[in-house]
Amino acid sequence: MNASALLLRDQKTPPQITLSEGVLALKGDLLISTIESLDLRQSAGDTIDLSGVGQFDTAAAWAVVTLERRLQRAGVSPVITGANASQLDMISTLRQNMPEGDAPKLPRLTIVDRLENIGRATVSAMQTALSMVAFLGRVVATIVGLILRPTRIRGTAIVHHMQQVGLSAVPIVALMAFLIGVVLAFQGAAQLRQFGAEVFVVDLIAISILRELGILLTAIIVAGRSGSAFTAAIGAMKMREEIDAMRTLGIDPIEVLVAPRVIALIVMLPVLGVIANFAGLFGGMVMSWIELGVAPGVFQARLLSNTDVWHFGVGMIKAPFFALIIGIVGCFEGMQVGGDTESLGRLTSTSVVVTIFLVITADAMFSIFFSIVGV
Amino acid sequence: MAEPPIISVRGLVTRFGNHTIHDGLDLDVRKGEIIGIVGGSGTGKSVLLRAVVGLLKPAAGQITVFGENVRDTGVADYRRLRRRWGVMFQDGALFSSLSVQQNVEAPMREQLDLSPQTRAALAAIKVRMVGLPENALQKMPSELSGGMRKRAGFARAIALDPEIVFLDEPTAGLDPIGAAEFDALTAQLRRTLGLTVFLVTHDLDTLHAICDRIAVLAEGRVLATGTMAQMLEVDHPWVQAYFKGPRARAALIQKEAS
Ligand SMILES: Nc1ncnc2c1ncn2[C@@H]1O[C@H](COP(=O)(O)OP(=O)(O)OP(=O)(O)O)[C@@H](O)[C@H]1O
Ligand SMILES: [Mg+2]
Repeated sequence: MNASALLLRDQKTPPQITLSEGVLALKGDLLISTIESLDLRQSAGDTIDLSGVGQFDTAAAWAVVTLERRLQRAGVSPVITGANASQLDMISTLRQNMPEGDAPKLPRLTIVDRLENIGRATVSAMQTALSMVAFLGRVVATIVGLILRPTRIRGTAIVHHMQQVGLSAVPIVALMAFLIGVVLAFQGAAQLRQFGAEVFVVDLIAISILRELGILLTAIIVAGRSGSAFTAAIGAMKMREEIDAMRTLGIDPIEVLVAPRVIALIVMLPVLGVIANFAGLFGGMVMSWIELGVAPGVFQARLLSNTDVWHFGVGMIKAPFFALIIGIVGCFEGMQVGGDTESLGRLTSTSVVVTIFLVITADAMFSIFFSIVGV
Repeated sequence: MAEPPIISVRGLVTRFGNHTIHDGLDLDVRKGEIIGIVGGSGTGKSVLLRAVVGLLKPAAGQITVFGENVRDTGVADYRRLRRRWGVMFQDGALFSSLSVQQNVEAPMREQLDLSPQTRAALAAIKVRMVGLPENALQKMPSELSGGMRKRAGFARAIALDPEIVFLDEPTAGLDPIGAAEFDALTAQLRRTLGLTVFLVTHDLDTLHAICDRIAVLAEGRVLATGTMAQMLEVDHPWVQAYFKGPRARAALIQKEAS
């Protein structure tokens, strides 16, 4: 018997409303799941009769009060009959808690509103840029402070992050650079063979990998891997008020969270860049051998004799700057996370997009700079 | 013959790793009652609640709600069961990317086929019923105070007028007036909706004011169940300390005065 008794609420009589001689009679089970089949747009009647009602919940009371208000607007004050004490109790609770009138509608956007939104978005983008610069300043100041007082440096944290951003990224970075070297050799060979200048493929690979592609693509991969991880980690801490807790304990979150990450990146990105350079050259060498018959020995000799060491230098000079961009943007966006999970997701993807954009912009500026100074 | 219990827990064992939280716990909840679950911090009250609503798989034991097993049911049955209870978690557990109104509408949206107007109207009522101001409807959870988040969580738990509500420390972090209002609201909903309330609490005032029965959790099982008066008779040091300590006396005096 117990199961049937307990499942009783599943069997419902559909609610009905009938009007006869000024009495609006409600019948059946009035429940949130069935309430919408009731037509509440009644405008006549001076009595609401609930004596035929079975089950009754807050949605039912809402229906009764809606009905009552509607009739009142039509000029009658209806009497409620046939309700038991708990139903009356519920109805009066609803009367107190039901806002007057219909739910407010959201205003439509006018052209002026849209213009205003554009303006606001522009101003806030500029403010974000400004505060990012301020953040950069604070981080650099903190790092300089740490260098002056090395006892405060958190060695364990730095090593941990070096492993995360550096060591664990080696396989993917090396593989990516190797493949880029292969692609360059392959494409270069197809063109150079037409002029019988196959051997120049070495210069092509060496210059493009050492100067540009090695470090740029490494930076992009690290931005996607570690920049987003920084944002997510710091953002989650921000969301759970851990950052506020640190501040109240007198711990500077920049010193504890941001500085180790940025330092680890500045150390590790050049290392990853060197690995990418080797892997890229190796890929190019393998492909030149297979495709063009340039023997590894010839490749190596030409590489050493013809490639200015400055090509390598130019690539490496850029590495710490890219590292700074990745670290600063990743941590900054993490600090912007508010209390909701959505902002965490949004800012994590913003962080990656902004980082890659800034890295490529910086790369373009370096190109201009190096061509002016002539290296 | 007495009505069968609406929630019945038999021989529940829960473990995290090799840390046993419950060790052969038995508990019955009767239909229409407000049962207060008390116990020291970390005795597994929240874990018990999670096990009863099927969020956590016990290592052993049987849990039935409405006469149905909560773990070994099909997806459709579990869905139907779930519709008949509402849960309020210890820290509100509002969906942080939805506004309060959307949070309260969420169960209606998932379970029923209501028009947006009806949904909005019912959500507005529920939010007012739990004592939140009207402008809270459009706020995001991160813009609310801790107590307001609790209330919004309660509004979401009662959105579908469930038959059982599980409340995890609903009055912790509320001001005394707000806590008393919360108690009154729970009692009123019980009266009008015939709710059964599974209430985890440390609040002695709540226990005095609205609980029909109290179950004391300690040492991995239910140490005692009974009314407040019966609790005072239980001969166990922790129970004695809990119900006869200075705070308990203050709550008792207050109750007698009113
Ligand atoms: N996900 C989990 N993993 C491991 N251990 C857990 C987990 N959740 C809870 N515990 C452990 O279970 C025990 C009981 O936790 P529970 O949250 O139920 O306590 P509680 O009785 O609700 O306490 P409080 O009154 O402080 O809320 C604690 O010892 C806790 O460490
Ligand atoms: Mg708990």
